Amino acid sequence: MIAATTELSFRDALRKALTEELERDDNVFVMGEDIGRYQGTFRVTEGMLTKFGERRIIDTPIVEPGFTGIAIGAAMTGLRPIVEMMTMSFSILALDQIMNHAAKIHYMTGGQATVPMVIRGPSGAAKQLSAQHSHSMEGWYAHCPGLKVVAPATAADAYGMFKASVRDDNPVIFVENPGVYTIKGQVPDDVNYLVPFGKAAILREGKDVSLIGYSRMTHVNLAAAEELAKDGIDCEVVDVRSLTPLDTETIYESVRKTHRAVVVYEDWKNGGYGGEIAARIGEDCFDDLDAPVVRCGGLNVPMPYARVLELECIPDVKDVIEKVRKIR
Amino acid sequence: MESPSAESFLRQMATLQALERELTTLSQSGRLRGSLHLAQGQEAVPAGACAALQPSDYLTATYRGHGYVLAKGCSLDGVLAEILGKATGLACGKGGKMHLFDLSHGLLGTNGIVGAGVGSVVGAALTAKMDRNGRVGLTVFGDGAINQGHVHEAMNMAALYQLPVIFLCENNLYAEMTPLHRSHGNVNLLERASSYGMDAIQVDGNDPFKVYEVVKKAVDLGRSGGGPTFIEALTYRTVGHYQADAGTSYRTLEEIEEWRQNSPIKRLSARIGPDAEKIIDEADELVHEAVERALGSPDPDPATALQGVFA
Repeated sequence: MIAATTELSFRDALRKALTEELERDDNVFVMGEDIGRYQGTFRVTEGMLTKFGERRIIDTPIVEPGFTGIAIGAAMTGLRPIVEMMTMSFSILALDQIMNHAAKIHYMTGGQATVPMVIRGPSGAAKQLSAQHSHSMEGWYAHCPGLKVVAPATAADAYGMFKASVRDDNPVIFVENPGVYTIKGQVPDDVNYLVPFGKAAILREGKDVSLIGYSRMTHVNLAAAEELAKDGIDCEVVDVRSLTPLDTETIYESVRKTHRAVVVYEDWKNGGYGGEIAARIGEDCFDDLDAPVVRCGGLNVPMPYARVLELECIPDVKDVIEKVRKIR
Repeated sequence: MESPSAESFLRQMATLQALERELTTLSQSGRLRGSLHLAQGQEAVPAGACAALQPSDYLTATYRGHGYVLAKGCSLDGVLAEILGKATGLACGKGGKMHLFDLSHGLLGTNGIVGAGVGSVVGAALTAKMDRNGRVGLTVFGDGAINQGHVHEAMNMAALYQLPVIFLCENNLYAEMTPLHRSHGNVNLLERASSYGMDAIQVDGNDPFKVYEVVKKAVDLGRSGGGPTFIEALTYRTVGHYQADAGTSYRTLEEIEEWRQNSPIKRLSARIGPDAEKIIDEADELVHEAVERALGSPDPDPATALQGVFA
């Protein structure tokens, strides 16, 4: 039987998941800057304060290390905090709390303590938010053991992966590229719809080149695959979805079929997580490859302000096609 | 809750003194590696403060916090084995000297980052308030940590949300190797804390009874919904910041000697009289035997290095 679905935007799917998880578990609460009375700068927490009250929708001062630290203590003692970063760029202020504490506490305590918390927010460029508001932070967090990092591309995954994040007993970094909030998709009408971490999705099958990406870049890859198909190049689109844990098996299976891979990511090309994915393919699938694994990443510059300059820095359909043509 | 007796305080303080003496010996003989931060001269603060807490209350301390860990009731064997990196340690050898955790005793960690454990306790106090479980949180940090932004963020939020937290600042006059007047724009720590809208009290940190009394009052205030309190405990570290620091390049020998002569253990022993020596000897023996047991404990299986990253 196919479950009923409803068309929702990524943002509405995320809000629905958040609402339902707050309804399901009284230990779940949300804290962050201007999430309550103002209802969130990206409107994910719209209507939450009215529905759940000040006990569970907590407006904080503008202190990322402060409220992240408090969320960690609350998580260690039985609650399940959801922390909104107004943008993930601001989570850099809280890096000590996230990397030195949240990520390490379970291990450092020999398993005594768990830190079931979600840190979520927009990561990557929006439109002309410029150098200090446009970071793609997921690679930084995926580098650090002890954090789960997920970056869904579709509304259904936003819904199912957010629920899975809230129910996970580990700190989860939930990445929302600002460009995906308005993208619509069919979302299952099932309050217990969970998309498990560590499972990549094949969104388009193909036999010539694997286009591997996550979050908004998955949509860029789908559009590039459409274009390339017109020229008879048949691309397979792998939506990684979950950076930690990483589903190398699905990625490798795709590469073993196509023998060529382009890894696409918005983060700086230099040292971004796409480089890790490319390295793993090179290390484990060397004999299956007919061409070098190619990275298509953001330009290695602070994000410039002018729209034409900003667009120049972010991988787009044209860039992906160019990379594909290099190896095919 | 009655104040513990002088004998009980001395037993606690002598145990910490003995532990640190044993650890120093192990460190000097190369059997204990890495940084070792001692709290000799400061033994009365943990003894007095933890006596005012219930076992279920929350606590975070610093890398100099062994005394708090013991006074909170954590197992001496578990603590020593962890410090020695043994499989039988509190965290199976994965946390170490600076990261002692015992959730069963409300210990949410000692910490290797100056000031960073303060947020955890404020978060635990948020749990206490949301769950109405009647617990309080106490976090101890040094005069150096009060310059950390995170400490101020946490104090502000504890006052804002009226959370049951005791901010206990051990002022031993030196932030690591730097005296207060060279690192603090305003050396009046009470002024800095009270500006957030909470009571700020100074106490003789070398008198466990006085420490107990002010902490007890703050605990009662927190439990009754009255919000946080800041306590500055005046004390002095009669040894260096860590094992590689003799502690004499930035302080005069006369200054150190004066505090040694007036150490909290000496003061309390004088108050108790002849029985004090026996209490100290018993503590020495207890700790020595525990050290022998810990040294004989098994090392962790190397394969466990990969285990337990995720819950």
